[in-house]
Amino acid sequence: MTRPGTAVRDAGLQPERTRLAWRRTTLACSVTAVLALRQALHGTGSPVEVGGVAVIALVWVAFLWVAHRRIRQLTAARPAALTPKAAAGAAACAVALAVFAMAVIV
Amino acid sequence: MIDFVKDVRLWFAPQRLRAEGETPDYRFSLANERTFLAWIRTALALVGGGFAVDQFLPDLRWGVRVGMALALLAVGAACALRAVHHWVRCERAMRRGEDLPLSPFPVLLSLGVGLVAVAMMVVVLLGWTSRP
Repeated sequence: MTRPGTAVRDAGLQPERTRLAWRRTTLACSVTAVLALRQALHGTGSPVEVGGVAVIALVWVAFLWVAHRRIRQLTAARPAALTPKAAAGAAACAVALAVFAMAVIV
Repeated sequence: MIDFVKDVRLWFAPQRLRAEGETPDYRFSLANERTFLAWIRTALALVGGGFAVDQFLPDLRWGVRVGMALALLAVGAACALRAVHHWVRCERAMRRGEDLPLSPFPVLLSLGVGLVAVAMMVVVLLGWTSRP
């Protein structure tokens, strides 16, 4: 029996599991961002260093924003599918961190 | 190659993906999304591994260290891009009611990671480090 005003939720808790998958991925992105910060910081305060930190912060916030929007959508009982833009955005953050790393290491 | 370019255009055009076939059970789409996220985490782990090799193995020779780090970073970036590509293809196949696409990527990635692990063992065993 369902109470009026509450939609039937999937017994397999698929939206909840997907939400947790986004949270895990956010955590993985945060760890990678911290490693990137560790790479970028030398304690000199040069413009290059400040720029590097800004880029990492920007990438991290961008990922948080994509994840936060999706997590909010997933509170619905029957959430709509992920949009290609959100998928490309999440992947772009990972690629941006990789490109940043290549630029710093070489 | 032309198919790939068409697929890439789908990344930025949700209405074109929605125009294909019928919307599948939302649970299938969510499962596809979780698989996509698992690949993104794999990509992030590889990128993190690239940073870690450069930061935590200072005793390795410069060439070996930078080579390893760049290899991990390149595979990480490829993994992230391929995650979107495969997610779009699966989503479209589900909408059209086709079989899910097969991909050689997981095998290639496993072999690549295995090779890097073996290479690291050889480096450590043969003592190719800058300090004795």
